[in-house]
Amino acid sequence: MTITTPEQLSATTLLRFATAGSVDDGKSTLVGRLLHDSKSVLTDQLEAVEHASRNRGQEAPDLALLTDGLRAEREQGITIDVAYRYFATPRRRFILADTPGHVQYTRNMVTGASTAELAVVLVDARNGVVEQTRRHAAVAALLRVPHVVLAVNKMDLVDYAEPVFAATAKEFTAYAGSLGVPEITAIPISALAGDNVVEPSAHMDWYGGPTVLEHLETVPVSHDLTECPARFPVQYVIRPQTAEHPDYRGYAGQIASGVLRVGESVTVLPSGRTSVVAGIDALGESVDVAWAPQSVTLRLQDDLDISRGDLIAPLADAPGTTQDVEATVCHVADRPLAVGQRVLLKHTTRTVKAIVREIPSRLTLEDLSQHPAPGELVANDIGRVVLRTAEPLALDAYAASRRTGSFLLIDPSDGTTLTAGMAGASFAAVDSRETENTSAEDAEWDF
Amino acid sequence: MSTVITVPEGTDHPYALSHLDSLESEAVHIFREVAGEFERPVILFSGGKDSILMLHLALKAFAPAPIPFSLLHVDTGHNFPEVLDHRDRTVEKHGLRLHVASVQDYIDNGTLRERPDGTRNPLQTVPLTEAIQHHRFDAVFGGGRRDEEKARAKERVFSLRDEFSQWDPRRQRPELWQLYNGRHAAGEHVRVFPISNWTELDVWQYIAREGIELPAIYFAHEREVFDRNGMWLTAGGWGGPKDHEDVQRRQVRYRTVGDMSCTGAVDSDATTLDAVITEIAASRLTERGATRADDKMSEAAMEDRKREGYF
Repeated sequence: MTITTPEQLSATTLLRFATAGSVDDGKSTLVGRLLHDSKSVLTDQLEAVEHASRNRGQEAPDLALLTDGLRAEREQGITIDVAYRYFATPRRRFILADTPGHVQYTRNMVTGASTAELAVVLVDARNGVVEQTRRHAAVAALLRVPHVVLAVNKMDLVDYAEPVFAATAKEFTAYAGSLGVPEITAIPISALAGDNVVEPSAHMDWYGGPTVLEHLETVPVSHDLTECPARFPVQYVIRPQTAEHPDYRGYAGQIASGVLRVGESVTVLPSGRTSVVAGIDALGESVDVAWAPQSVTLRLQDDLDISRGDLIAPLADAPGTTQDVEATVCHVADRPLAVGQRVLLKHTTRTVKAIVREIPSRLTLEDLSQHPAPGELVANDIGRVVLRTAEPLALDAYAASRRTGSFLLIDPSDGTTLTAGMAGASFAAVDSRETENTSAEDAEWDF
Repeated sequence: MSTVITVPEGTDHPYALSHLDSLESEAVHIFREVAGEFERPVILFSGGKDSILMLHLALKAFAPAPIPFSLLHVDTGHNFPEVLDHRDRTVEKHGLRLHVASVQDYIDNGTLRERPDGTRNPLQTVPLTEAIQHHRFDAVFGGGRRDEEKARAKERVFSLRDEFSQWDPRRQRPELWQLYNGRHAAGEHVRVFPISNWTELDVWQYIAREGIELPAIYFAHEREVFDRNGMWLTAGGWGGPKDHEDVQRRQVRYRTVGDMSCTGAVDSDATTLDAVITEIAASRLTERGATRADDKMSEAAMEDRKREGYF
């Protein structure tokens, strides 16, 4: 069977999206349905899943086996780690970060959401918005995922009743909106029966919106990166020093945001030296203009001392530099992060020494309350952190740029990635530091 | 704050990037990160399409300067001569330095033993890991793609390996944004996969767009093959065919290139890049599912080999 049309071969845009949902909300079924109904599962993959399902004594093929690729995942029937899936339709190509729903894997959800332009949050229509839904919305808001889709699943189990969907959609939209999620689309679906996933449902005449796939195909990809001020972290200095190119000195990097033009006045941070863009080499081709996220090489009019870790920005719109960083972080390592700890901070192409000055608060994702001065953060904790760095950083607020506002904290002793950081103020709703009354342990959270 | 997107989508927008440009830009970024952070990186280069693609991306990433890496090939001794020839011509053309680790040498000196089934693919792990230790490579580029196989779908772009080159999928570093953490202790190294996010179709479309030259065995040609476990294997001195296996002359091509003992050809009339792309787009079989015996050994064959140090 031929499934690819000429349009599919010329599909031009790429959407990176992530899925979030609890184990029983039917996330694997939704992912399986999306892949299966968009004809992205190939025969041998399906055969392998059927074979494995039969070996386990299951009657129907378990589509979760398509994405649960590790031994331990198949043994336990859960998703442990992010899996990336690739599929295409005539209108667009997709990279799907399939993230685990368990709360102990919040760090993996953060991982999947960090590069996503859209997140699909799944809820069970029978249960409506539950704590886990709020956690997913909070993580999407925290990571500033531009688009969120609420997929109200298992509509077949509530007689495809509009009021059930409407109530859940309303509650979620109000909640996620209060967190600062800019765009929310709610879709009633049945992943099991295939309603509104790829094909429009025959059971829900009252719903006039797109199917999940239609929405994924048409949601605008965020070219807003090019509307932000230009940021160019220098990755590598290219100096051939050959007979052919004796004087070539280029600064290689990927434009993190904005647009750069030949002739533009720029400043190099943190030194503050200035020059003018003399040329832009876009992977072998000389161009007048380049934009995020292109990888290019810049040549400047003046021979400045510029090396990896420096940031080139327009003179008129450069970020400030600072050694005092305030940020919201998600702790991703099994060892804790404590006040007074010495760490490495990796921001764009620059890695500097830093010390944890303060941990003002830890967030409880269920109710978004703040636990003051927890002293340390443990795995999957989200909290506020104040850091002092050994050298100045040209840091933007994460709210303005996911690329130049994000950083990692790394353990200098063995290189372990400790913490994912987002510079600047936290998301909208969390300003007041309320005291957490109950000490809910992670183990008690329902998922 | 720029959260609400008002820019129209698609190719009409002056700053839209095609998906191939996005993937190219990401891969180049990864090559440059490694050049900026590591002392002794190496590119695994077999002469197959994924490594040829990687080399092309690396050339673009550092132009007009030469690639600041050397190349490493683990030669199973059962490689396709056309591919080895292409490998050597490519190395010569770009003035690169190629290290070869030879499985045959290990068999000859008794360190490795030939497997009863004759496949040498799993035997590559020891020469590979020893070459990494011997040359003290600290970053090793591989052409692995996440769409190839379900264990590879779990692979990070930067994948830390211990001093035994082992992969522990449960202890991978979370990888956030485009911030790749390449720090490692002495003796450890990082496997780097710049084309993680590419699919087989992306690879072919990019090869067509860039006019990259490939070994001829990727295009339909007549060849003496025989059927083993549902795959067309090339007859040759590596141990096939056996008495009951009949050699036929067929019009075939290869979708993936590895050890001759476990890499099967597919029936094909595709003699041009366009025809190959059309054929792949219509195929209902994955690249590895169709033609790689080593992945069919068990449900977790790839994961198990990767744990031991395989790519």
